[in-house]
Amino acid sequence: MDATEIGLWGVPLAMLGGAIRVSTPFIFVSLGEAITERSGRINLGLEGTLVFGAMTAYAVAVMTGSPWLGLLAAAAAGLCFGLFHGWICRFRGVNGIALMLFGSGLAFFFGKPFIQPSAPDLPAIPFGGWSDVPQVQAALNVNALFLIGAALAVFLWWAFRNTRAGLILRVVGDSSDAARAMGLNPNTVRLIATGIGGALAGIGGAYLSLYYPGSWTEGISSGQGLMAVALVIFARWNPLGCFAAALLFGGAGALGPALQSVGVTQGYYLFYAAPYILTLVIMIATSSPSRSLAGAPGELSITK
Amino acid sequence: MADIVSSASVPVMLGAKCYPTALEWIARRAEALVIPLAALIVGMALFSLFIALVGKSPAQLYETMWRGGFGSWFSVQNSLSRAAPLLLAALCVALPARLGLVVIGGEGAIVLGGVAAAAMGVAASGAPAFFVILAMGVAGLAAGGIWIGAVGALRHYRAVNETITSLLMAYIAIALMNHLVEGPLRDPASLNKPSTEPLAEAYRIGNIPGMDVHWGLVVGIIACILSWLLIEKTRWGFAARIAGGNVRAAQVQGLAVGPLIVGFTALAGGFAGLAGMLEVAAVQGSANASLAAGYGYTGILVAFLARHNPLAIIPVAFLLGGIDASGGLIQRRMDLPDATVLVLQGMLFVVILFSETFYGRFKAFNPDLWQRGDLLKRPDLLKGTA
Repeated sequence: MDATEIGLWGVPLAMLGGAIRVSTPFIFVSLGEAITERSGRINLGLEGTLVFGAMTAYAVAVMTGSPWLGLLAAAAAGLCFGLFHGWICRFRGVNGIALMLFGSGLAFFFGKPFIQPSAPDLPAIPFGGWSDVPQVQAALNVNALFLIGAALAVFLWWAFRNTRAGLILRVVGDSSDAARAMGLNPNTVRLIATGIGGALAGIGGAYLSLYYPGSWTEGISSGQGLMAVALVIFARWNPLGCFAAALLFGGAGALGPALQSVGVTQGYYLFYAAPYILTLVIMIATSSPSRSLAGAPGELSITK
Repeated sequence: MADIVSSASVPVMLGAKCYPTALEWIARRAEALVIPLAALIVGMALFSLFIALVGKSPAQLYETMWRGGFGSWFSVQNSLSRAAPLLLAALCVALPARLGLVVIGGEGAIVLGGVAAAAMGVAASGAPAFFVILAMGVAGLAAGGIWIGAVGALRHYRAVNETITSLLMAYIAIALMNHLVEGPLRDPASLNKPSTEPLAEAYRIGNIPGMDVHWGLVVGIIACILSWLLIEKTRWGFAARIAGGNVRAAQVQGLAVGPLIVGFTALAGGFAGLAGMLEVAAVQGSANASLAAGYGYTGILVAFLARHNPLAIIPVAFLLGGIDASGGLIQRRMDLPDATVLVLQGMLFVVILFSETFYGRFKAFNPDLWQRGDLLKRPDLLKGTA
């Protein structure tokens, strides 16, 4: 079969493939943010963590030759950022927007020498081997991290309900007083939750630089860390919802490139804005001045 | 009757007797100066540590920074030029902040203000220069005002988080600008760098006489002064400060919080849009991707460093403009990446936000506590008041 023969079918196919490719960082960042927000804190600095994670992963992968070590380093770096954020947020009146600028600044500083060299990519699994159509093969070439992310979503969904750690997290998020009455220290729980959230955001960044788009540049993140915050609200703090929402956002992000692949170039930049517009519309649709959202942690705040 | 007189006079007498009121006046205001200055010093000290850790000399760095940003008339003019858009971008953060809103997407308003002004400049060409420049200014104000005003309206009427909305809208604005300058508004002659049609020379804004700094600096300073007057000396500003402290209290008092929020955010966005217009009319000569140069983001830092006080924004914008201006020299002289300046800004921002926790913690800045302490130590003074 010739590539041009599938014609416009290429658009949904490219969007499916794109959704899987583009959604992976969203999955990790939003799952991390879901953990943090369940503990009652919004981390607005994840964008910086994501960019720093992308740089760390790429740099370590270049130096060691192993993308998995890069991934690990990104998670560790993200953990450090998350813990720092968690620590700084426990002081009265402090919030974490600053880490957005700080993380990006540090990443650009240390990432300068790594713009040129190329790093090994994270492996992908070709699920499309049964088909002869190159577009189908391309769409079903699924990165291992996507599968890990899917499994993690299911695990977290289960763990929030059925484990002791999940219960502790939800108690702290819903009422600091109740948590203290149970003998828990809300600050410590939030610190750990923010740390884990940061580590997952770092992994999301590693995916960006080590698989798709697959190189380190200063414009590597296009707001994924920020959109993830909105995505978690849309998903009602439910990990399975996060996974579905991430796929939706990924699909929206893939719209522009998919249309371009079949030759539609008019208004390319407007299609490029599709994920942001989608996020905005969803935020407007799901917010209301008169009621708080169903499923929202009672203590949710950016200065906690 | 005598009792009432004496009870009223005791606190006044105490204040006058123990501490000169001038000292109290200074102490109350010193907090807003001492804490940011201390944070600035701590931030720079941490940055020195960072520079030392990567194997460079902090002393040489600060010396280079001084030379690049402040050390000569040439570099001062350069810093002032960069401060001009920062003044307006910082107002875009500071005005909503007085209402308790964290709006950090000023970049979007700058970009759209620039595009609107450029389009207006081309559309109105032929008219007298004064009117065209005025129309460009209005176009920039309107574009930015609508953009950020929408953020305020969504915040108040739909309870959508303004921080996230404003940043999302900044991404959308940049996409919109790319679409416009590469599509409908593109000058076919701009090959490598898609731009709108260049402004006629007559419609460009020149320099302040005797300086290599364009008039945007004056516009920015006037905007800061007007904003200060608005906040401190008008009833709208007073209402905004009440609403910023406690929305419920403001509503109970019958203040129209909705129009107040929309008005303040629209004005804030309008200032940022004006910054975009000035970039087009005074620097670039047309609208293109250079409009998204990050002034909106540096403006956030300026506003926080100035504690959202429009008058304080003026010196802080000069300081940050100077740091920005020295970036190139640091890169060339010390073989450091151009992101070095970003690291310093990020560190300053972290320390500044961290310093928020210290407000109201020091007794030295709070004369009320001095007196209460004295009264506790000398119960005999209290007898007359009972």
